Amino acid sequence: MSEDGWVIEAENLTKYYDMGEVEVQALRGVSFKIKRGEVVSIMGPSGSGKSTLMNILGCLDIPTDGEYILDGENVSHLTDDDLSDIRNRKVGFVFQSFMLLPRITALQNVILPLRYAGAHKIKDKAKAALEAVGLGDRMDHRPNELSGGQQQRVAVARALVTNPSILMADEPTGNLDSKSGEEIMELLLKLNRDSGMTLIIVTHSPDVAAQTGRVLRLRDGLLEGGV
Amino acid sequence: MNLWQHFIESLESVLANKLRSSLTILGIVIGVASVISMLAIGQGATASVTASIQSVGSNLLFVSQGGGQGVVNPKPLTLLDANALVDPTNAPDVLAAVGTLQSRATITASGTSTSASVVATTADYATVKSLTMQDGEFITNTEVSGRSASVVLGSGIADSLFGTEAGLVGQTVRIQNQPFKVVGVLKSLGGGGLGSQDNQVIIPLTTAQVRLIRRGDTNRIDQILVQATSAGSVAAAQEEVTNILRGRHQTRVGSDDFNILTQQDLLSTATSVTGTLTLLLGGIGAISLVVGGIGIMNIMLVSVTERTREIGLRKALGAHKWDIRLQFLMESSVLSIFGGLIGVAVAAGISRVIANIAASSNTAINPVIGLDSVLLATLFSAAVGLFFGIYPANRASNLEPVEALRYE
Repeated sequence: MSEDGWVIEAENLTKYYDMGEVEVQALRGVSFKIKRGEVVSIMGPSGSGKSTLMNILGCLDIPTDGEYILDGENVSHLTDDDLSDIRNRKVGFVFQSFMLLPRITALQNVILPLRYAGAHKIKDKAKAALEAVGLGDRMDHRPNELSGGQQQRVAVARALVTNPSILMADEPTGNLDSKSGEEIMELLLKLNRDSGMTLIIVTHSPDVAAQTGRVLRLRDGLLEGGV
Repeated sequence: MNLWQHFIESLESVLANKLRSSLTILGIVIGVASVISMLAIGQGATASVTASIQSVGSNLLFVSQGGGQGVVNPKPLTLLDANALVDPTNAPDVLAAVGTLQSRATITASGTSTSASVVATTADYATVKSLTMQDGEFITNTEVSGRSASVVLGSGIADSLFGTEAGLVGQTVRIQNQPFKVVGVLKSLGGGGLGSQDNQVIIPLTTAQVRLIRRGDTNRIDQILVQATSAGSVAAAQEEVTNILRGRHQTRVGSDDFNILTQQDLLSTATSVTGTLTLLLGGIGAISLVVGGIGIMNIMLVSVTERTREIGLRKALGAHKWDIRLQFLMESSVLSIFGGLIGVAVAAGISRVIANIAASSNTAINPVIGLDSVLLATLFSAAVGLFFGIYPANRASNLEPVEALRYE
C-alpha cells in the first residue's frame, strides 16, 4: 500500500505500436495521479489512445516508455506472468460485453479469479461477492439464464471478489438498456462509497462521465488540459 | 489452479461439445483399437503356430536329401539309412527313426473326391509323431511287409469324403484310382497352416513304393523322421545322425548331401516370421493412431481459435501462461485417454470376432490381449494427446491478453 494516498501514479506514459513501416503513437506522454477511493472516468474519441491507456492501467499491457506505479508497485517493466499476478491481486475488470464463461454458473464465474489466486474459502468469498451485487438467489444460474443487467452484476462480483486496488470498467453500460445501465452505475458507485474502492470507468457516455468525480479527456494520445 | 480443477474444467469443456469430442475421440479409438487388436492377433498367431509345431513333438529331427553346393556324387536317403540310425551304440540319443515318402494325390470315395497329402511310412510313424486314433488301428508292420492296400485317414479327409469321422473302418477309398481299405481314422490335431495333420492319409511305405509313389531307387525315401530320446538330447541326436549319415554316404567334410532340421529350427523360423508380421500389423495400427493424434491437434487448434476471448479473459483474471497451457494440454489428454480406453474395449471386441472367424475356418488363433499391449496403447495414446496438444496449448498460452480480449 502506498502511504501517500495515490493508488495510481502515471508518469509520462508513452506507447508506440510498430506497424511495420509506420510507428503509431497511441500515447505520447501522459501523466496523472489517482487517489485511493476516487471515481475517475476516461473519455475520448476513437483513436485517442483511450483503450491503450486503459490496457496499461489494467496491466494488460506495458508502456513503451514512462513509469506506472500501481498501489505502490512499479509495474512498467514486468513479465507476462508477473503482470498476471498483479492483475489478479490489484485489478478488477468489468467489460462492455460482460465476458462471462457461458458453460459455468454465475458462482463458478466469480470463483475463477480466486482459483488463479490460489485463495482459500473460495466458495464463501464468491457467494459474499454475489450477495453484495444483489444476486444471492441467482448463483447457480448460467449466464444465458440471466438478463444483461444481471450478467453485468455477475461480472462486477467477479471483479471485486479478489478485493482489488482498482476496478477498471470499460463501457460497463454500453451493452445494456438505459435502466439496467443506471442500475449498474448505481451499483459501482455504491461499491465505491461503501468500501472505498477506486473506480476507473472508460466511457463514451457523458451521462456516465457526469457521475464520476473527475474526467480525464484524451485526444491524440495526450491528456486534454494536461491534468 | 491445481491439477484436479484443470481436469474438471477440461472434462466440462470436452462434454460441452459432445459431437465434436466424440468424433475426435473416434480417431484415437480406431488407432488404439487397431494397435491392440493387431498385436493381439499377431501374438495369437505366434502362439498358435508355436503350439502346432510343438504338438508334433519337440524332440523330432527331420532328415531330408539335399545340402550345400558342390556336393560330389550325392546319394539319396534310403530305408537302410533310416534303419542304420537306430543304433544304441553309435546313436544312443536316437529313440526311433522312420522313413517316409510324401506326395499329393486325389482321393475319391462314393463320388466325392478331394486332394490330400499322402504319407507312406511304417508302423513307428504313429509313435514318433505321437498320433492317436479315434477309430480303428494305425498301419501295422504286418501290413507294411505285406504291401497291403490299407489307409489311415486324417480326420479332415474323413470329414470331406464321408461327412463323418465315425464308422469308416472297412470302407474303401480310391487313391489315384487304386482301391485302399480304411483301417483307421486319426484323431484331429487341430492347428492350421504349417503341416496341418488333419488333411493327410497314411499308407504303408512298401505299398507306396510299388504302386503309388515311385522313385528311381526302390529303397529311396523322401524324409527320415528321427525321434530323440528327449527334447534335451536333440542336439546330441543331430550330431550322431550327421556322423552316421556322413559315414554311410561317404561325403567330404563340409559338403553333406542331406539336411537335418530340428523342431527348434522350425520354431525359431516360425516365430521370427510371425514376429515380423506382428510388428508390421502393429506398425499399421500405429499409423492410424498418429492420424488420430493429428485429428486431436486439429480440433484443439479450432478450439483455441474459438475460445480466444475466453483465453484473454482468463489471462485478465490472473491466469499464468502455464495455467492456459495446462488447460489445453489437459483437454487434449482427456480426449486421447478416453479414446484409448474405449479403444481397448473395441480391441477386445475385434479380437473376439477375429477369433471366431479363425475358429470357423479351422485355424485356431486365440488373440492375446496382454496387459503390456493395453498399457502400451493407452500410454501411447496419452502421449499422442500430449504431443499433439502441445502446439495448440502453446499457441493459446502465448496469446496477448489485449489482443485476445478484443478478438471477435
